[in-house]
Amino acid sequence: MTSTEIITTLETECGSRIKSKNADAIDPFVVVEPGDLLAVCQTLRDHPRLKLDSLNCISGVDYLELDPKKIAKAGFEPHLEVVYHLCSISLKHRFVVKVMLPRWKGDKPGELPEVPSVAGIWPAADWHEREVFDLSGVMFTGHPDLRRILLADDWVGHPLRKDYEFPLEYHGIRGR
Amino acid sequence: MGWVEGRFEENFFVTTIEQGIAWARESSMWPMTFGLACCAIEMMAVGGPRYDMDRFGAGAFRATPRQADLMVVAGTVNMKMASRVRRLYNQMPDPKFVIAMGACTCGGGPYYKYGYNVVKGVDLVVPVDVYIPGCPPRPEALLEGLFRIQDKVRGMRYLTKGQATDLPIPARTGYVLLPPELDDPDPVKALEKQIAWAKMNKEKAAPTKA
Ligand code: SF4
Repeated sequence: MTSTEIITTLETECGSRIKSKNADAIDPFVVVEPGDLLAVCQTLRDHPRLKLDSLNCISGVDYLELDPKKIAKAGFEPHLEVVYHLCSISLKHRFVVKVMLPRWKGDKPGELPEVPSVAGIWPAADWHEREVFDLSGVMFTGHPDLRRILLADDWVGHPLRKDYEFPLEYHGIRGR
Repeated sequence: MGWVEGRFEENFFVTTIEQGIAWARESSMWPMTFGLACCAIEMMAVGGPRYDMDRFGAGAFRATPRQADLMVVAGTVNMKMASRVRRLYNQMPDPKFVIAMGACTCGGGPYYKYGYNVVKGVDLVVPVDVYIPGCPPRPEALLEGLFRIQDKVRGMRYLTKGQATDLPIPARTGYVLLPPELDDPDPVKALEKQIAWAKMNKEKAAPTKA
């Protein structure tokens, strides 16, 4: 199935939940609200003509331009994206779902933005979501075991955020 | 002395107990199996038959720190690993030695600037005896580092600590034999030759101006 057909099928199934779509990108994608993510993902996995039964990866992307000279040219508002790359093993097609988030929940620095966890739909999401939580700072609600996966449990901050400050000291070890 | 009988030609040698101990110790440095990143591959190469660290008595990689004398920290040490490195070091019996192998363990290496989670040198965590730079160091470099550790062991005093010793400490010096065109009996002249050679090479390597 081509990506245009996937998008059409998805629109007939849950049209109102699709916020925007792009069929011309190299990886065609749809954008959904965090609240609608679970319903859309369930459709993507279970619809007999979609059958996107495999989750390849989850990425957290931080859109933030720190250089004041480049902000005007950056072409985006500061925000966070979670990207789900899916593929269907039986039907041999793939698809991308994106969720847009504020960088901080309610614009209060330190409050992580929330997305429902898809670990119940694709078990592979479990560790991917832990990694996104660890490095990009996205709170996955309903995740079975949301701990840091790479960094130490008592680590402060989320290093792949663009405004992350490197620690000067960690347990008595000089940081730089 | 059953183990030594008939193994040598008719001969005799004198030594001190201390040197005997040092000889025995330096010839059986048991390293710990402990690779953290890409440098570990090079350490394994040194353990293999091509470079064969066993020739120098350091081929018995032990899987536990309690049987090891030498910790070759081969690879990137990150903050999470640092406490483990420290604990493994504490579990090793004395006398113990540490080789910092690779740029990462010497001072952060490629991750010095943007590695948020990398310890900038393993000497911030455990005391280091020998540093081997390189990314990764050649196997020969690791062997050379082992020789430096052995020199150190050979110079250690157990029984006559603090007393003057009149026996010279035999050591591999690590000096490189220079090709004849760069060498001279007079060290000043030799240095001049080497500087001139280095200068010429630098000019050769400089990009030509268009
Ligand atoms: S020094 Fe280089 S080869 Fe060794 S662990 Fe670091 S990055 Fe890898």
